[in-house]
Amino acid sequence: MSAAAPIAAREVVELRELVKRFGSVTAVDHVSFSIHPGEIFGILGPNGSGKTTTIRMLCGLLRPSHGTALVAGADVAVEPERVKSRIGYMSQAFGLYRDLTVDENLAFYGGVYNLGPALAERLAWAKRVMRLDELGGRLSGVLSGGQKQRLALACAMMHAPEVVFLDEPTAGVDPAARRLFWTIIRERAAEGVTMIVTTHYMDEAERFDRLAFLSRGKLVALGSPTEVKQQFGSEGSLEDIFVALQERDA
Amino acid sequence: MNAERLRSMVKKEFVQMRRDPATLRLMLAVPVMQLLIFGFAIRTDVRHLPTVVFDQSRSQQSRAFVQSLTATDNFVLKRQVHSYAEALQAVDGGQARAAVVFPPDFARELKRGHTARVQVLVDASDPTASQSAIGAAQLVGQRTNVRLVAERTGALSQGLPVDVRVRPLYNPALKSAVFIVPGIIGMILSNILIVITALSIVRERETGTLEQLIVTPLARWEIMLGKIVPYVLVGYIQMTTVLLVGHLVFHVPVRGPLLALYGATFLFIVANLGLGLFISTLGRNQAQVTQTAFLFLLPNVLLSGFMFPREAMPAAARLFGLALPLTYYLQLIRGIVLKGNGLTELWPQALALAGFAVAFFAFATQRFSKTLE
Repeated sequence: MSAAAPIAAREVVELRELVKRFGSVTAVDHVSFSIHPGEIFGILGPNGSGKTTTIRMLCGLLRPSHGTALVAGADVAVEPERVKSRIGYMSQAFGLYRDLTVDENLAFYGGVYNLGPALAERLAWAKRVMRLDELGGRLSGVLSGGQKQRLALACAMMHAPEVVFLDEPTAGVDPAARRLFWTIIRERAAEGVTMIVTTHYMDEAERFDRLAFLSRGKLVALGSPTEVKQQFGSEGSLEDIFVALQERDA
Repeated sequence: MNAERLRSMVKKEFVQMRRDPATLRLMLAVPVMQLLIFGFAIRTDVRHLPTVVFDQSRSQQSRAFVQSLTATDNFVLKRQVHSYAEALQAVDGGQARAAVVFPPDFARELKRGHTARVQVLVDASDPTASQSAIGAAQLVGQRTNVRLVAERTGALSQGLPVDVRVRPLYNPALKSAVFIVPGIIGMILSNILIVITALSIVRERETGTLEQLIVTPLARWEIMLGKIVPYVLVGYIQMTTVLLVGHLVFHVPVRGPLLALYGATFLFIVANLGLGLFISTLGRNQAQVTQTAFLFLLPNVLLSGFMFPREAMPAAARLFGLALPLTYYLQLIRGIVLKGNGLTELWPQALALAGFAVAFFAFATQRFSKTLE
């Protein structure tokens, strides 16, 4: 686990009354919370709870219908392009070029982020920390699920962003690969990078420094796993609490 | 403007192109195949219509007339028939496309100095095919008349009052291929490039790579430009190949300056790539985009002047043709290749293409969104 965030530091992400409507459907409904630098922050909730919509607004991919969000010092509604240059984003579906090799994908994203002469060093770093060293010449399309996931995170972090968004990164990956991926997430957070992860696996809740639980677009719980447990005064695990919340709202 | 970002984008497109050799081969083979098929198949100079003759006159004069007809190459004598009904039957049944009928008194009337009648029946169900045969028959008739009248009046010694001599310029043998090959270059470039670029962006959308791409600092126009640069090269290779094969196989001359041709082709390629990009922003998936692209492909063939002369079109169709880059490119490439024109004559067309290129690229960039809305 990363160290507890210092109170004085500016928040790296701050949502204020964030709303997203698609037609008559409100996907995200007046959500407010903030994320401290260097923490592993979880956005949890069942499918359709608004996790992906929230994360896409924070990355400048969707415009908020109402409210604001500051990410890495820029307003996502006003300066989405500035936000994009400061963050890393790993989409839910594998979004890299399957017909490019591991090295080519990394070099492409390095170039897109303007790494210049730093590219070679950064590429070696990414392959080392993401455990992709042997795979440089392999086509990305033939990698295993876990390897694809680590490559996607590597590409998202080529430009050393201060905050990284991972949308359902562990979906459909075998347990061993999932464990390795969590190890890598913790390592990056320990280096000071804020890691924001959405998941619908409730058993992953204990892995977060802090988490926000969304249900039907609304924020229903916020805090460290222990705090959330206290809020609901439950004897059971976080998983039990979330299943109960989900059943209540269903 | 960021050179490194743009370079990465272009390089990525080239690598992807190389990883898909089947498509690459198709892009290079299809133009040559189309050229050979169209070049050999499209003949607007229809000749050698199979012809039957019902000669009731059986005279030296009627035989001489038939000979003058076949001498034009428009008619080929298949056989003699023995009744009017049989002649009609031959044309009806498709064994013959034309029939020549001489009345029994053909030679007699001629000798008497009266008007002798000869009937030429032509199957005109295909207007293009029958046109030159009809013209040739009329011409043979006129020539025979002039000769006979001159003989009767003794005016031949002084020569004819008016002697019209038509000299076909630029394509003296009136060969279709020579006219068609430059057109094929334009049509192939246009159709292939529009579809390729239209699909390339929407494919990224479908495979999910676009979402990862638009969350980077790449500018919209850098994405657009990165997409088209590799295809400019593809377009040039296609054009050069077709021109070369056209020159070797169909003896198409290149009379004008090559530099002007390549310059004009650049504008044309970019205009089509821009149009392709624009089309790609109009649909969400490959099926939609392919359908939209087809909206341009048929008018490209029919209204640009590739198949039919624009002069013969009704005003509305002519106006529509003005909205197609191919219309201007055809005038450019035919002018340069066949007539030896340069940009001195053809700058308005080049300017129009440049306008299309800038406008389509700007529209596409404007419509392309770096969000997922």
